[in-house]
Amino acid sequence: MSIWEYANPKRFMEWTAPVVPWAFGIAGVLTLGGLFWGFFLTPEADKFGSTVKIIYLHVPAALMAINAWFMMLVASLIWVIRRHHVSALAARAAAPVGMVMTVIALVTGAIWGMPTWGTYWVWDPRLTSFMILFLFYLGYIALWEAIDDPDTAADLTSVLCIVGSIFAILSRYAVRFWNQGLHQGTSVPVVTGGRTISDVYFWPLVACMVGFGVLFIALVLMRTRTEIRVRRIRALAARAARA
Amino acid sequence: MIALLLRDLRLSIRAGGGFGLGLAFFLIVVVLVPFGVGPDRAVLTPIAPGILWVAALLAALLSLDRIFALDFEDGSLPLLATAPIPLEGVALVKAVSHWITTGLPLTFAAPLLGFFLNMAPEAYLWLLASLALGTPALSMIGTFGAALTVGLRRGGLLLSLLVLPLYIPTLIFGAEAVRRGADATGAIAPLMLSGAITLGCLALLPFATAATLRINLR
Repeated sequence: MSIWEYANPKRFMEWTAPVVPWAFGIAGVLTLGGLFWGFFLTPEADKFGSTVKIIYLHVPAALMAINAWFMMLVASLIWVIRRHHVSALAARAAAPVGMVMTVIALVTGAIWGMPTWGTYWVWDPRLTSFMILFLFYLGYIALWEAIDDPDTAADLTSVLCIVGSIFAILSRYAVRFWNQGLHQGTSVPVVTGGRTISDVYFWPLVACMVGFGVLFIALVLMRTRTEIRVRRIRALAARAARA
Repeated sequence: MIALLLRDLRLSIRAGGGFGLGLAFFLIVVVLVPFGVGPDRAVLTPIAPGILWVAALLAALLSLDRIFALDFEDGSLPLLATAPIPLEGVALVKAVSHWITTGLPLTFAAPLLGFFLNMAPEAYLWLLASLALGTPALSMIGTFGAALTVGLRRGGLLLSLLVLPLYIPTLIFGAEAVRRGADATGAIAPLMLSGAITLGCLALLPFATAATLRINLR
């Protein structure tokens, strides 16, 4: 019994079938609850006024945008090393979700930037890094779409994801070298354990962050299941065409 | 490997005029910029390093799809894959020959075009140095992109979508070196960093390129 047994497509379909509705339920409760809590039940911050409340969308989306790419990297490595098809399909399934998260982070950031910084867009390192991340998602998805043979597509996108990750990290630090920014530092530094945000805002934010995480898992599982079904239909159609 | 390098160089110089096209494209982009931003010399001076770097990058991009496409079509790429030299070596040679036919001429043409854009006199040496150090990375990354898209019929546009984001660090450090050189504010650090990127690409990317070629030839 090992964890890899769950990567068998049949086993994967079996264990995800009951998990997906639960994941959607938990994600819905946490996200909607956290957003409601954050939007209506917290006081307005001193300097920001009510605009601070967009943090409940902005931070979780940004968090998941980065973690989605990281998950794609791990899934790509698993595909390259162990050649589990579910892994490649999960990486494919995660890419559009991650891209949408990137867009949400960019758009909410722009909406938040106007009242606080007086501009929708600045070439700040964080903003620029996210724009670059968006371009990487675009290229990755486009490569998946362009190649017909599924195994070749999985191989090539995995290599692109691995090489792209290195260049994405390089870009992140190169951009910091290039321009100092307006964007504040992280509010919830996990590594140091401290935080620069008061409890009133912190707990709804945690609810939203966990909610977005579970939502991401639910969406990726659902999309992976769809991809597996597409594969099965294609295999059946190919068999029918031969017969 | 040297025989392969000479063959590629001969092919790119004699067949189809790929050699001069990149340079001509570079010239045209640089000439177009004053039409876009206006002929004011005070406007052109600060943006000249960035324009030259972006134009060089686009010119390098232009000839990328030729790196493997012709060999793939006439069947010499599978032969190269089964040749005694490792495929990683082939990838490296392809990148080097791309650099000699585009990066190197661009490096020497850039100061001349800097003259048209009224670049600060202190920046010329830095421009030459940063392009000489940075363009090999462009060729290496581009070869990887070309290997990714070699099997596709309409790979050209996809190639630029894949390769341009990978060019960002090289562009940042290269253009930053020239800009800092023009203001005399310590151009050595970005220059060293762009050299580091080039060395890293030289060391690691041939393996990625060879891996993608193997996948595409399967």
